[in-house]
Parts: sequence; C-alpha cells; structure tokens
Amino acid sequence: MTQTLVRPVIQGVRYVLAHTPGLVRYGSKPTRELAQAPGLLDAINAHLRSYEAAVAYPPNRAFLGAIYPDDLRTYGQPWYKVSEGGQRWGPHGEIMPEGEFYGFLRICDAFDLVWLEAEFTRVVRTHLTQHPFISATDLGRLGEGFPASKIEAQIASGGLALPLFLRDGRVIGCIHAAHDEDGSLAADVLLENLACKATATLALRTLLAHSKTDPTMIEYVLNSGEEAVGDRYQRGGGNLAKAVAEMCGCTMATGSDIKGFCCGPVHALAVAGGLVSSRMFRQVVVLGGCSLAKLGMKFRGHLHHDQPILEDVLAGVAVLVGEDDGRSPVLRLDSLGRHTVGAGSSQQAIFERLVAEPLQRLNLRFRDIDKYATELHNPEVTEPAGSGNVPLLNYRVIGGLAALHKEITPAELPAFVTQHGMPGFSPTQGHIASAIPFLGHAVDRMLAGQMQRAMFLAKGSLFLGRMTQMADGLSFILERQP
Amino acid sequence: MNIKGKKVIALGERDGIQGTALAECARSAGAEVVLQMTHCFV
Repeated sequence: MTQTLVRPVIQGVRYVLAHTPGLVRYGSKPTRELAQAPGLLDAINAHLRSYEAAVAYPPNRAFLGAIYPDDLRTYGQPWYKVSEGGQRWGPHGEIMPEGEFYGFLRICDAFDLVWLEAEFTRVVRTHLTQHPFISATDLGRLGEGFPASKIEAQIASGGLALPLFLRDGRVIGCIHAAHDEDGSLAADVLLENLACKATATLALRTLLAHSKTDPTMIEYVLNSGEEAVGDRYQRGGGNLAKAVAEMCGCTMATGSDIKGFCCGPVHALAVAGGLVSSRMFRQVVVLGGCSLAKLGMKFRGHLHHDQPILEDVLAGVAVLVGEDDGRSPVLRLDSLGRHTVGAGSSQQAIFERLVAEPLQRLNLRFRDIDKYATELHNPEVTEPAGSGNVPLLNYRVIGGLAALHKEITPAELPAFVTQHGMPGFSPTQGHIASAIPFLGHAVDRMLAGQMQRAMFLAKGSLFLGRMTQMADGLSFILERQP
Repeated sequence: MNIKGKKVIALGERDGIQGTALAECARSAGAEVVLQMTHCFV
C-alpha cells in the first residue's frame, strides 16, 4: 500500500431501531408461511412483544450503545425476560415505537403511497412533534390522514394496497402499489424500500445532530443496504443514498449504493476511506437502512420454544468518515483484508485473508487486536431455530487460526474468545449485523483511551443470488490516535 | 465411512463448512456429488 495523502477517520456512528411488531407478518418467512397456513397468524400475534419489552431487551440496549457488549454476560439469559432498565434513547440512538414509525414512513413517502387513518395521524402527530429530529416540514408531509372507510376501500379493491397493522391487529393505514403490472413496484416491495429509507434517514439525522455536522458539508453518501430499489426494467436500480441525503438536508451531496450482501457496509467504509484519503471528498457518509424481509425470519423456532418473536425491530446505521482531525479513530487503509476470487472458500481460507494476512502485513499479533467485530447476530434469535451461535463460531475460527500461527496454545482458546470476542447482540438485519454494530462502541472506547485497535470483518453470502458459488469478505482495522 | 461410488448431497453453511468444500472432499473420496449447496442461516 502506498502512503496515503490524508488519513481517514471515523467521526461519528449512530444507529436506530424501530419496533415494528405489526410488520412481522410481512417478513419474508412469515409471509410465505402464512400463505400456506393462515391460522398461524394467531400464534404469531400472541408472541409479539410490547414496546416496553423491546426497549428493555439488553441486546437492543447494547445496539444503541447503553450496554457494552461484554457486559451482556452479566445479564441472566434468556435476555428477553429482562423487563426493566431500558430507555428509548441510548447514547448511539433511539428505538422508535411503531406508531411513530408509521408516521415517519408517511413523511419519507414522496409519492403518496402510504395512507394513514386520520385519527391515528392526529395522535402520531402529537408524538412526532416532540421528536428532536422531526421538523415542521416533516409534519406538513405527514398530512391530515384519510378516512378509515377510504382506506378500507383501497385495501378491498383488487389487492394493490397492503394494509398496515399495529401490534394489536388494528389497521391504521395502507401502502399502495405504484404500478398494476410491475412486481418491482408492488406494495410489499415499496414497503420494504420505504422502511429502508426511513430507518437510514433516522440514523443519518441522529448522526448529523449528535456530531454537530452541517448537513451541507456532506459531499457524498454511500448506501450499503440490502434493498433493491428500482422498477421492472432495472430491478436493483438503486441510489437510495441520494434519497436519504435529500431527507437529511445534505443539499451539496450526491451518492450511490455499494452492494455486497452482508458485506456491503464494510466495503462502503473502505471505499469511503479511499474517497476521503484521496481528497476527492472531505466528508463521506456510509449508511444502511433496515431489512424488513428479515422480520420474523426465525419465528418458527421462537414459537416452538414459546418465546417472544425477537425479530420485531428494523435497524439502521450511519457512519461519518472524514479527514484526520487529530482525535477520531483512524480507519487504516493499509489494513484491508480481502477475500479474493482465488482465495478458496473454506473458513480457514476466508479468515486467513481477512484476519491473519493483514496482521502479518502490519507486523501485528492476533492479541494486538483488542476486539474482533465479526458477524454479531444475537444468538437468542438464532439458536432456538437451530442456526447456532454465529459470532461464537466465528471467534472460535479466529482463535483457532491464532493457535495455528502458534500465537496462543489450544488451551488458551476459550480465554481468547472471551477476551477478544463478544456476545452477539445485533438484530438479524443482514448487512447491519456484520461487524458495524460494534463500531460505535469502538469509537467511544478509543476516544476514551480504553481501546487501542479493533478489527472489523464481514462476510457476504454471494451464492444466495445464484450468480456464483463464492462467498465474499472484507476487513479493516480501526485504531486510536496516538 | 466408505463413500466410494455413492451419490452425495453436499449441504454446507456459510459460517461452518461450505457446500463447495464438502463436495470436493466427497469427490476426492470417490463419491458422485449430485447436489451441492451452501446456506446462510442469518
């Protein structure tokens, strides 16, 4: 790697959760299962959590910065039985209730797709008026709402409008298809994309406000989410980045999307670092909105164990990458680990490229990395469905690699995993769960002088799209300023 | 286990062992891989 002109730094990271139990039925898995067995809906509805329970849920609090991931070990499991101690706002962002989120969906809707019932709109307006990042212009976009009878008529007329439900089953509105023959503009697809826009917008507004950044100073926005925005002629046309920038007052920005399944955000951060380093742009935002399709993905396992359906939140993230300010943690561009085409597909081959090779290049040892941030999916979501503890699996591979390189003994593996790993705490929101949930914690710790460096590594399941059998992966090291 | 001459379905997992790796092992042991697939459970 040649010497860079400017060192890129992470100047801020913010997150958002939206608690949307009423949308769980529209996750991909519940949608498919309900089509086969409509009677399942009663069981699903009976296992939806209250907002208060989602606020108190320790992994959600860790996601929003209120609990350091290691400290989750001090909470007895199952975590979903913790009923106290949470707040709407954490240090890194908020968890928004579903009513307000529906209101914000309407605010983000530029095509009059979302119709909300008038009385519901009135109530939501009173709440959103109190929100620190909702403006008078936003409240104007919310409008006055529609009569319930008109919404019912839309839902009843030909299936082009999808009803929007609250957790209690009440219909409070609908979202329309934008074309009667275009599957890319069907109501369910537009709901996914609009929810993605809304969560990314909330995350970016929070980031700009908390970092006291003038939105007009942002020159470029990279969106890294898993949505596919487009129409019948270009199904993944994209550039949700610019749509979000518009919603956040970034009038001097343009942007584009970087796609890579779950690996998208880490690719986008690497590219953002390069754009800043080359002085092409001084400040670049990397963002990712939610994956609505993954709501209720493991609901069968949760019902089987008679536990709440924990995939009831939508997530978003926004990261500000800027020029070296002498303070913020450095995104080391000389530390990139790449899973190249010729690298091979075994776990060992992937982790050699993502972890061992960059360490060797920088003359660092495995233990020189304070924390490895890998796939951080909450095991309480995945284990009941038989999908295992994903972060633990990854940490054992990294520890095993350290043992292969003779840097630890096999007996030291469990301690290595505990010390350099962390419990999973992220919602299973695809790209969101891959490494970046720890970025905010790492920045906090480095600014406080409590952490020297962390490695962020993500993997993408490219084979899911059936264009290649390959997976993908990228990693980088974040380092405290001297 | 001797799988020489047997037909094999190789189902892998992204965070475990991928289908391509399983299939390669099975082929090297003389099996015929009739389907290989890798799943992602998250």
